Amino acid sequence: MTTSPLLDATGVAKNYGAVAALRNASLSVLPGEVHALMGANGAGKSTLVKILTGAVSADSGSILIRGQAHEIRSPAQARRAGLVSVYQEPALIPDLDVASNLRLTRTPVEPFRQWVRELGVPDLDLGETARDVPLAIQRVLDLARALAIEPDVLLLDEMTAALPSDLAEKVLDVVRRQAQAGRSVIFISHRFLEIAALCDRATVLRDGETVGVVDIEPGVEERIVELMLGSRMEKARASAADADDGRQSGTTPRIGVRKLRVGAKLQDVSFDLHNGEVLGIVALEGQGQDQLFGALSGSTRPSGGVIEVDGQAVEFAHPTDAVAAGIAYVPGDRADALLMQQSVHHNIALPFSANPRSWGPIDTGRERDIVRSAIERLQIDTRAQGEVQRLSGGNQQKVTIARWIAADARTILCFDPTRGIDVRTKKEIYQLLRQLAEQGKSILFYTSELEEVQLVCDRVVVIFGGKVVDIMPAGIASEAVLTRASYGLPRDAKPASDTSAVNASDKLGPS
Amino acid sequence: MSISAAPEPSVSLRRRIKRFMSDQPLVPLLILLALLVIVLQILRPGIVNERWIANTIKFAIPLALLAGCQTMTMLTGGIDLSVGTVATMSAFIMSTQVIDHSPAVAILICMIPAVLIGVANGIGVGIFRVHPLIMTLGTSLIGIGCLQVYQRTVIATGTKVPDFLGWLGTGLSYGIPNALLLFVPAAGLIIFTLSRTGFGRLLYAVGDNEKAARLSGVVYWKVITTLYVISSLLAGIVGLLYVGLIKAPSLSLVEPLVLPSVAAAVIGGTSIFGGRGGYTGTILGALILTVLTTLLTVLQMPEGARRMLFGLIILLVTAAYLRIVEDR
Repeated sequence: MTTSPLLDATGVAKNYGAVAALRNASLSVLPGEVHALMGANGAGKSTLVKILTGAVSADSGSILIRGQAHEIRSPAQARRAGLVSVYQEPALIPDLDVASNLRLTRTPVEPFRQWVRELGVPDLDLGETARDVPLAIQRVLDLARALAIEPDVLLLDEMTAALPSDLAEKVLDVVRRQAQAGRSVIFISHRFLEIAALCDRATVLRDGETVGVVDIEPGVEERIVELMLGSRMEKARASAADADDGRQSGTTPRIGVRKLRVGAKLQDVSFDLHNGEVLGIVALEGQGQDQLFGALSGSTRPSGGVIEVDGQAVEFAHPTDAVAAGIAYVPGDRADALLMQQSVHHNIALPFSANPRSWGPIDTGRERDIVRSAIERLQIDTRAQGEVQRLSGGNQQKVTIARWIAADARTILCFDPTRGIDVRTKKEIYQLLRQLAEQGKSILFYTSELEEVQLVCDRVVVIFGGKVVDIMPAGIASEAVLTRASYGLPRDAKPASDTSAVNASDKLGPS
Repeated sequence: MSISAAPEPSVSLRRRIKRFMSDQPLVPLLILLALLVIVLQILRPGIVNERWIANTIKFAIPLALLAGCQTMTMLTGGIDLSVGTVATMSAFIMSTQVIDHSPAVAILICMIPAVLIGVANGIGVGIFRVHPLIMTLGTSLIGIGCLQVYQRTVIATGTKVPDFLGWLGTGLSYGIPNALLLFVPAAGLIIFTLSRTGFGRLLYAVGDNEKAARLSGVVYWKVITTLYVISSLLAGIVGLLYVGLIKAPSLSLVEPLVLPSVAAAVIGGTSIFGGRGGYTGTILGALILTVLTTLLTVLQMPEGARRMLFGLIILLVTAAYLRIVEDR
């Protein structure tokens, strides 16, 4: 390769406190290329993006743009250096109209209009308030705004995720032509299909390091997955005898999800959760798992499909309906679950008084016994009982679960319950979930740490692009298998020329 | 995370006092109250006697009860500015209706607007999510307007305050204000509700983290509507007590107590952001404000200067109290 790279980042490192988000990342993008940036959850992708666009500054490493060293300390500096990004979330200020949004970023209007038309939105009214513009169009506007200032390097983070297929096609088309015009595009996506169709090369991150740069060619998916997994790649797989999906197929499932749809994110999900089972949910970020848990907990109304509880179809209008059906939700963010200024006791006892029938005097003796036994069962450190906000993260997480053990919920929906807590507490939570399942409770367990699946779950459902792509017993759900499945690749490694692989990923494209 | 066990001997005295104050937030309030009384006694030797104490309590009771409305609503992150109007309405309507009806019927009639305003507040705040400040201010203005219309219809009737309300409001038995007969059970009920009932727990829960309460199955609007109805009913009762004390119903009878009732709850340590506080502190807050008013009257300042000083002291006391109590 004789051409010098347009963007060349080397040895980039970033620590958040004691945690190294990036250790030694490098990314080199040639002029005229579409370059994919890939990595599993927590590999450091988003940190690298934030550093490149000036949202956070790196602790070490150098960033060269057109061979010149640049210190990128703010998004404005990144923009002056010729690097513009389109983030995953819409960036227009919702209360301003489109024209004011453009003025805010000093975007030339005429080129912007042209790009908008080119991207397949012929009739945009610049006077419209951004809030009223449909989400998909907002993403297109974000892209047009970036294109209008003619950046050297365009960074697209999950650009096509929220787009209907016709708009997505247009976007891919425009991106391709950008590259042909000699500019560079950094493309972040979970969809191999798009990457294969669009990108020239891919840089793969793992644990904060760049572990490989590969040319995109047929069959490269397997190579990329291998790179993402590293030494965790397990050659030996459990025998097919473990692959028995039909556990308890004779009994009525505790929760049956039938063709569930929620908004645009969750499109078609069906599975059963049985009594006495821990069912894992595995998905990359933003594949619809939030909406799934929202619908099952009564927080979000599904737009289609059926939820059955003990064989009966139900409609939850409010979380209180789900709680009444014995379904408890432990959200991923502890701040959403805890009364930070109240005591451990009050936090655990909260569901007891939720129903207006129990608004009267509290049987304090009985309540104390129940709460105490829940505290003992989870071994919550009670030295700082006064206010939950003084507890450690692990103890706070235990409180969120203890509440539902005290309330004797039959089903607990746990959304990434072990995120950001210490190893010992994690182990305790695994044990607890197993014990609960042995007592006949059922648990739906979303996790972003794939090794937890085999530690805790009986079966696992893999969701990609809002659809179930695989349901398998935990016995064969190694990290390698799960990673492959969560990118929409078939369960077993096969040459990518194999038709079934193409078909499988075909189905998963934007629809 | 400050999970500290027993204080180490090296911890300074200051730090220990702070810790003590934060564990016992009522102590600094009691100290402040005692200080105010002492200052008063120094300025006017002999003023602090049995009669003065009974009088102070008599005037502190309506304020403390109204501040009870503020305490309960503030625990949920709200406020009830309509209490003044509700109390005035119930007092005025009762004292006009009692001329044609028996006191019991008059009292029943005068509680109707209280309930209506409470329901409106609750629905506005709980379902339509109007900010409580705006919602209760709005219903308060509407209520006063209605009362003015009502006054026209009864202009010829005249007013009367039933004897038993006068007895309750101003009377003393063995030197003890009769109003305590109403106040002690009411205060006990409020304290019991806040600490020992499911409803009280939910007030703290909703004010602390509405989302968490929701996920635990709490239906926000039910809690809020019930709360604002209770608050309005309590305000209606205060109106009856207050007209017994003042004995001259007017269209702005209880209005001057509204902002002091907010101040009493805040001085008493209830957070306007919700989730933190209690009624015992509020009672002390009401007593402190009442004594402070006496003190400023005794100083014989011009009205303007007195008000300025009053506002300044409230600001300083609240700021200082929060600094003492917050252990961060």
